[in-house]
Amino acid sequence: MTQINVRVDGASYTDDVEPRTLLVHYLREQLGKVGTVVGCDTSNCGACTVHLDGQAVKSCTVFAVQADGCQVTTIEGVATGEGESATLHPVQRAFHEMHGLQCGFCTPGMIMASIDLLKENPDPSDEEVREGIEGNLCRCTGYQNIVRAVRQAAAEMSGKAADDPQAEPAAVDTAAADHVAAQA
Amino acid sequence: MTAVEDPTSAVDLPPAKEVGQARRRKEDARLITGKTTWTDNMVLPGMLHLAVLRSPVAHGRITHLDVSAAKERPNVVAVYTGRDLAEEQGSLPCAWPVTPDMVNPGHPSIAVEQINHVGEAVAIVVARSRTAAADALEAIDVDYEPLPVVLDMEQAVQEGSPLVHDSTTSNTSYHFVFDAGEAGTGGDTEQAFADAEVTVSRRFVQQRLIPAFMEPRSVVVQPSGDSYTMWSATQIPHILRVMAAMVTGIPEHKLRVIAPDVGGGFGGKLQVNPEEILCLLIARRLGKPVKWTETRGESLMTAHHGRDQVQFIDVAADRDGTVRGLRVRLLADMGAYLRLITPGVPALGAFMFPGIYKFPAYRFECDGVFTNKVPTDAYRGAGRPEATFAIERIMDELAVELDMDPLELRRKNWINTEEFPFTTVAGLEYDSGDYHQATEQALELLGYDELRAEQKRRRDSNDPVQLGIGFSTFTEMCGLAPSRVLGSLAFGAGGWEQASIRMLPTGKVEVVTGSTPHGQGHETAWSQIVADELGVPFEDVEVLHGDTAISSRGLDTYGSRSLVVGGTAVVKAAEKVVEKARVIAAHLLEANADDLEFTGGKFTVRGTPGAGVGIQEVALAIFAAHDYPEGVEPTIDAEATFDPENFSFPHGTHICAMEIDTETGFAKIRKYACVDDVGTIVNPLIVEGQVHGGLAQGIAQAMYEEAIYDAEGNLTTGSFVDYLVPAASDLPHFDTGNTVHVATSNPLGAKGVGEAGCIASTPAVVNAALDAVRHLGVTDIRMPLTPERVWRAIHAGGDGGDRAAQGSNAYGGARTTESGIQEAAQ
Ligand code: FES
Ligand code: FES
Repeated sequence: MTQINVRVDGASYTDDVEPRTLLVHYLREQLGKVGTVVGCDTSNCGACTVHLDGQAVKSCTVFAVQADGCQVTTIEGVATGEGESATLHPVQRAFHEMHGLQCGFCTPGMIMASIDLLKENPDPSDEEVREGIEGNLCRCTGYQNIVRAVRQAAAEMSGKAADDPQAEPAAVDTAAADHVAAQA
Repeated sequence: MTAVEDPTSAVDLPPAKEVGQARRRKEDARLITGKTTWTDNMVLPGMLHLAVLRSPVAHGRITHLDVSAAKERPNVVAVYTGRDLAEEQGSLPCAWPVTPDMVNPGHPSIAVEQINHVGEAVAIVVARSRTAAADALEAIDVDYEPLPVVLDMEQAVQEGSPLVHDSTTSNTSYHFVFDAGEAGTGGDTEQAFADAEVTVSRRFVQQRLIPAFMEPRSVVVQPSGDSYTMWSATQIPHILRVMAAMVTGIPEHKLRVIAPDVGGGFGGKLQVNPEEILCLLIARRLGKPVKWTETRGESLMTAHHGRDQVQFIDVAADRDGTVRGLRVRLLADMGAYLRLITPGVPALGAFMFPGIYKFPAYRFECDGVFTNKVPTDAYRGAGRPEATFAIERIMDELAVELDMDPLELRRKNWINTEEFPFTTVAGLEYDSGDYHQATEQALELLGYDELRAEQKRRRDSNDPVQLGIGFSTFTEMCGLAPSRVLGSLAFGAGGWEQASIRMLPTGKVEVVTGSTPHGQGHETAWSQIVADELGVPFEDVEVLHGDTAISSRGLDTYGSRSLVVGGTAVVKAAEKVVEKARVIAAHLLEANADDLEFTGGKFTVRGTPGAGVGIQEVALAIFAAHDYPEGVEPTIDAEATFDPENFSFPHGTHICAMEIDTETGFAKIRKYACVDDVGTIVNPLIVEGQVHGGLAQGIAQAMYEEAIYDAEGNLTTGSFVDYLVPAASDLPHFDTGNTVHVATSNPLGAKGVGEAGCIASTPAVVNAALDAVRHLGVTDIRMPLTPERVWRAIHAGGDGGDRAAQGSNAYGGARTTESGIQEAAQ
């Protein structure tokens, strides 16, 4: 057992961990931070993505002991404030607005990876978003609304409205909207 | 959908309808903040962890199994083998004996003597921690006596093939036939072929796929006295409860099953899993809570797979393109055992091979074949993608044979909009649609003329990058299912769905549904429906699901049935609430119930302006129950069970434009456009999301995914390194649209959308690839369209020879052939 000191989502923890314990298992099993999930065992899916000292990492590829002395931010720590009155991070908000999630299992990792992507590239094109999140797998959405969400968040974070028609909410760029209106 | 009443009173305009609005989802709040309830999050006091030792051999006998050393490992509580559990494990259920003489050898949850596929459970360690359990697995000593491995269906059905199961006389589980002539729904198929001017025959391979839901399966069982609560990452808590009770002998009323947040399923969690039964048995033995969560490797290797058919399909037609007959013979790989609906998947597809075309004659035959692989079962579309692929591919082949435009051939043969309702040669009554309109819109979305012109330019200039355009004009049967029809197909359950509505004293509404979402957004869509039906705010509705103690009756979520069947049950329950409330409101308003109108959540007396009471006020009044009519029960809560009379038939036109680099074989989707008709759209955001996700999976079948076994029966695609679930960068932008022709089988008019994209897209992609390179002598390319396969097809002609067509597939993988480019080119 090795003792580590970590700050996770703003709180300090001191714990004994086995040297082989992965950061994701430490977060889930020792800290109860179950918002971060495990989707694979080959570091392909990105479901476990967190920020380690501000950088996105797949927390299944990091040992807990490597996080000693570090700041970890998980999906549970990206909104500001607590409980129902918390203010969502623009990326969280955009995933909701653009329907960038279905089952939501990939979502914590997707959001953490997207926040990191926007830090590197505040105004990515569709292609750049697609390449930027290629380490994160989603089986539900087909990615299109995730791409929209990230671009919408980029626009919001840089203070300008999304000017790309692709970044509009899903409902208005398809024939669906017309027909639905006609139905009602 | 239900007709909207004319808003007669200008003062009391009903609020804008919720149905049709792109409401943002209620589910998202917890999912985007990590406040989730995945089964693996569950921690209970004293909870023990299970790890499963899995067979590395595909076919063999256990000759030696010693677990004593594992029992001595630190923090190990118990170790069980198949022998320990043999008396009580029973057989996993198969609910669909498709023929009366279907052979089902039984399916133990843990192997006792014989192993029939790699990954089968051999022993289970129970320990105080996940890691202690996993560590102790290596202390188990086991020997196997290998048996000949059966992998290739076409070999497995030959006389003299080694058998998967000693207890059977052949590897054929069943032979299922549908003959339209015999059924009285069509003419004589043999005669149609004998008389035909043109016939085209093809052999298509539907490779084995893995559902690959993102949340690995996980089970927690908590015993309490003689009762058990099971949490499971399942699509089917209700079905699981019944089945688990029958398998283990735990009385049904002593077993509660909860599906908390579930991370995708796609049919892959439509199962009674060995590990669910094993967790129950072990929790019962130990009297302690237990948990099992699979690794991704276990998931890919042991959760059921999908597809896996060899399809022989023949079409007969006149020279002018009029189709005369269709004949299909399938070999469907069951894998080693029959799971919940393993044999039924190809049978479900049987009725969809004629697609949208007016075939006068049709015959379908299918052999279910045992092999030493993990069982197949439902995967998004379940039988219908296979059927759609075959018919949409052969229509293109027929067009080539007749030198006709593939769209022209389709137009000539499809059902015209004025012909609905149309009874097909398979005996199904298609409800509504307009194939022409959907096609015209899709062509426009794609920018068809421009792309055809570009294709010609590239072809004329012999450009190394060639362009192709492929169509899929499809329909599917959804809204599973009319119970009587299921009964006639020997399915072991009904197809109804249940809902109840509880009107709380403060006017808030609880909707309990038997559908079990795992990403589809039921909480949002059901709230929209109820908001309209009861005239209450969207926010005032809470949807409860996925717990057999809360929602006691239900048949869960699969087969694009939730909205069509479950949503209709919600509508019916709401109608009952309104009728019950009407009686109370009449009493409160001192009016005759027949004189009351109900709009916008309010009862008003016809001809008496001003007098009215809201349904939410009625809820409070009946809670107090101080003043209500004699002979009426003091509640306006209601429940309803809806059993549809027919399926619904979404349809659509999908068009793929594909670029193929003839020098490298690399295929890239240039543009993808589709127009789907899914009937009434309750929430366009959710509908579009479902289409996107389906497209991704259908395109993945065409281009990326295949579960491959080696000659020894090892799954070589057992991780996300080798099993290519596409990433964002592997997929194109989708241009999607809708037409709306309401379903006639339910008051919502909804047809179902969960599977549409997945069913339609695969043949469009393959047809596009072939259209790009057919002029180079290519006749077929096996899925997935890897650069190697495409390159070989271009350079060798035909289907690229054995290396391209069979070299790495589920059957052919066991059959290494020498014939490469040269032989194939001859
Ligand atoms: S769990 Fe970390 S990448 Fe899959
Ligand atoms: S939303 Fe289900 S995996 Fe991404």
